[in-house]
Amino acid sequence: MKKTVFLGALTVAGLAAGAAAAGTLDDVKARGKLNCGVTTGLVGFAAPDANGEWSGFDVAVCRAVAAAVLGDSKAVEFVPTTGKTRFTALASGEIDMLARNTTWTFSRDVDLKFTFVGVNYYDGQGFMVPKSLGVSSAKELDGSTVCIQTGTTTELNLADFFRANNISYEPVPIETNAEGQQQYLAGACDTYTTDASGLASTRATFENPGDHVLLPEIISKEPLGPLVRHGDDEWGDVVRWSLNALITAEELGVTSANIGEMSAAAGDNPEINRLLGTEGNLGEMLGLSADWAKNAISADGNFGEIFEKHLGESTPIGLARGLNAQWTEGGLIYSPPFR
Amino acid sequence: MSDISFVRTEMLPEQDPPASEVGFVGWMRTNLFSGWVNSIVTVLVFVFVLLLLKAILPWVFSPTLGAGSLSECREILEGMGRHGHMAGACWGVISERWEQLLFGFYPNGSDGVSADLRWRPILAFILLAIAIAPVLFADKVPSKLIWFTALFPFIYPWLHWGGSIWGPVGALLGFVIGWFVFRAVEKASSSLIGMIAGVVAAFVWWLFLSGLIMGAISSVLPIGLEPVQSRLFGGFMLSILIGVVAIACSLPLGIVLALGRQSDLLIVKAICIGFIEFIRGVPLITLLFVASTLLNIFLPPGTQFDIILRVLIMVTLFAAAYMAEVIRGGLAALPKGQYEGADSLGLDYWQAQRLIIMPQALKISIPGIVSTFIGVFKDTVLVSVIGLLDPLGLIAGIRGDANWNGIVWELYGFIALMFFVFCFSMSRYSMYLERKLQTGHH
Repeated sequence: MKKTVFLGALTVAGLAAGAAAAGTLDDVKARGKLNCGVTTGLVGFAAPDANGEWSGFDVAVCRAVAAAVLGDSKAVEFVPTTGKTRFTALASGEIDMLARNTTWTFSRDVDLKFTFVGVNYYDGQGFMVPKSLGVSSAKELDGSTVCIQTGTTTELNLADFFRANNISYEPVPIETNAEGQQQYLAGACDTYTTDASGLASTRATFENPGDHVLLPEIISKEPLGPLVRHGDDEWGDVVRWSLNALITAEELGVTSANIGEMSAAAGDNPEINRLLGTEGNLGEMLGLSADWAKNAISADGNFGEIFEKHLGESTPIGLARGLNAQWTEGGLIYSPPFR
Repeated sequence: MSDISFVRTEMLPEQDPPASEVGFVGWMRTNLFSGWVNSIVTVLVFVFVLLLLKAILPWVFSPTLGAGSLSECREILEGMGRHGHMAGACWGVISERWEQLLFGFYPNGSDGVSADLRWRPILAFILLAIAIAPVLFADKVPSKLIWFTALFPFIYPWLHWGGSIWGPVGALLGFVIGWFVFRAVEKASSSLIGMIAGVVAAFVWWLFLSGLIMGAISSVLPIGLEPVQSRLFGGFMLSILIGVVAIACSLPLGIVLALGRQSDLLIVKAICIGFIEFIRGVPLITLLFVASTLLNIFLPPGTQFDIILRVLIMVTLFAAAYMAEVIRGGLAALPKGQYEGADSLGLDYWQAQRLIIMPQALKISIPGIVSTFIGVFKDTVLVSVIGLLDPLGLIAGIRGDANWNGIVWELYGFIALMFFVFCFSMSRYSMYLERKLQTGHH
């Protein structure tokens, strides 16, 4: 049995070598499913429920793209990836896009040959300390022990920050967030550093969250966003503008509640009309149906709704919009116009 | 002799041994308090165990089975007046997620598309117990059952993955065809040529004919189970699947490698040594990364080469290399006289191996073999590193649920308990087997 499948797979591999040149968009349409890489589990961003149904902030991007391309937000195969496997999974074509809180950096974009299509969450590395430590700024952490995940950009940022401020620290290497949480609570380190969103969700699980504070310094820029392979610009455009549709929908006040009414007929606002396909042919330009953006927005709501549902102040994580507010409200979330 | 004033003429009745030497008290005296050093150690250990239990038991016995989130657990414990970081376990997570920890995302009928298919891995597991019975308890079950054991390697994956029944039937027919070609050619010429012809015939069938013929049959007679994608496999089902396949395939492969390593044929020997030393020189996790990432890059884009299949092959090869060395140890321990005795009886190589050498060598190797099995089974959790959702991999997903974020010990404890049950029963079985095969010499 195993041998047959193995050799069969090799044969298929040989045949597929010739036919692999087709675009990702056509592949996804032919397959009827979007293969979307997500984390194996991160609070607020992606996690399966008891029935194996995925939900979260990154998952919502996958669902929006699936809805835009296939008209069905459920037509997604979620492929859990670890920090070590995510890039090969994308490069090898195992997944069509990666929405796995991945920081947009120069080398990932240029050297690893990926295209980041936008930013869905502006994160940054912060510090959490127990209140009893009496520290109010990260610059007062001279000589402290720091719990730090190894092999991530956070490790490098930490070294840069302490060197730039000419203070010393002692790293306590940890492998996962779960371990960091335990070590920090057990007092193995004075401070725990990771992305600010991660710190907030970690603190929310503590018995007494009030006993711990997040220091004001954010020592790095961590723009997280979905990415696709280099060289398939049609597909990159689809993912980019699906994300932009969610952002624009919030800006223009299109929500999952009023979208049915707004997309029924052309209204007064021409940009809404173009977005929802009641006017113009933006969908056709992308190679999608006219109601692609309507489907994407209906999947899980507009950007603001998604944020509120998975990360916002009504959830246990309780993140404020901050940098992730619309540009009209002092944030960085900004979509080019739909024109 | 005359100064003897009294001689007892009848036997004294037997008396019970003193109460301090038998029963519970006697056992304690001989085992726990046989000297002052032992007595002190006993008391100290007893106190230590008590303190340990006093710390752990209140945590374990925590009425939180019905809670729907970590904060609910805390409320329940607060309500009982228990406070602090380790006030009590939050068993709600286990009661909500135990099915996921056992089956991963295997269709449970919740998505409305497919029915609850979890009976299939359960049935496969029960059939597994039946199939290994002739191997494990050969003297207690009817010997005809071995035919079911031979069919089981084809039933087992079919139950898990589903699909047309003609796929496994085609694979099985390959072996049957190979066997008949071997018998036919062996009669006409030598057994070596027969073996080569058999293997070639089987491969010709698998590679070229099986797909065509079985495809035609299945279009006429579509019998099959609903297919399930590998991506949905997870939890203990995945660990057991990988463990069982690796264990079942690595033993025969290991025997062949061990014999090959001792062979006089230069090429065979070189290949076997090269393979064993290469695999043993590389950590399993490296092989898993090769399976998950490197192969992806070498294979053309869009290739669907099942990730679980890749992992199964890698883990099997890894286990086989270790198995080969364990069995070589058994072979080396046999006195040379056994080999010479087999030769003097006029047995050929395979007869000698089958009737004289292997039964003894394997018996010697049992503890080592079972250790390797247990090691392989536990190593299956390494697949979580490449994104497969074995029990450890699922922990990240469960903790990613905002309700259960922050839970650690309950999940790891549950998984440790499950692994302990499996590994401990394997270890007990090996001890039973050693006792059964004990022939009393050496």
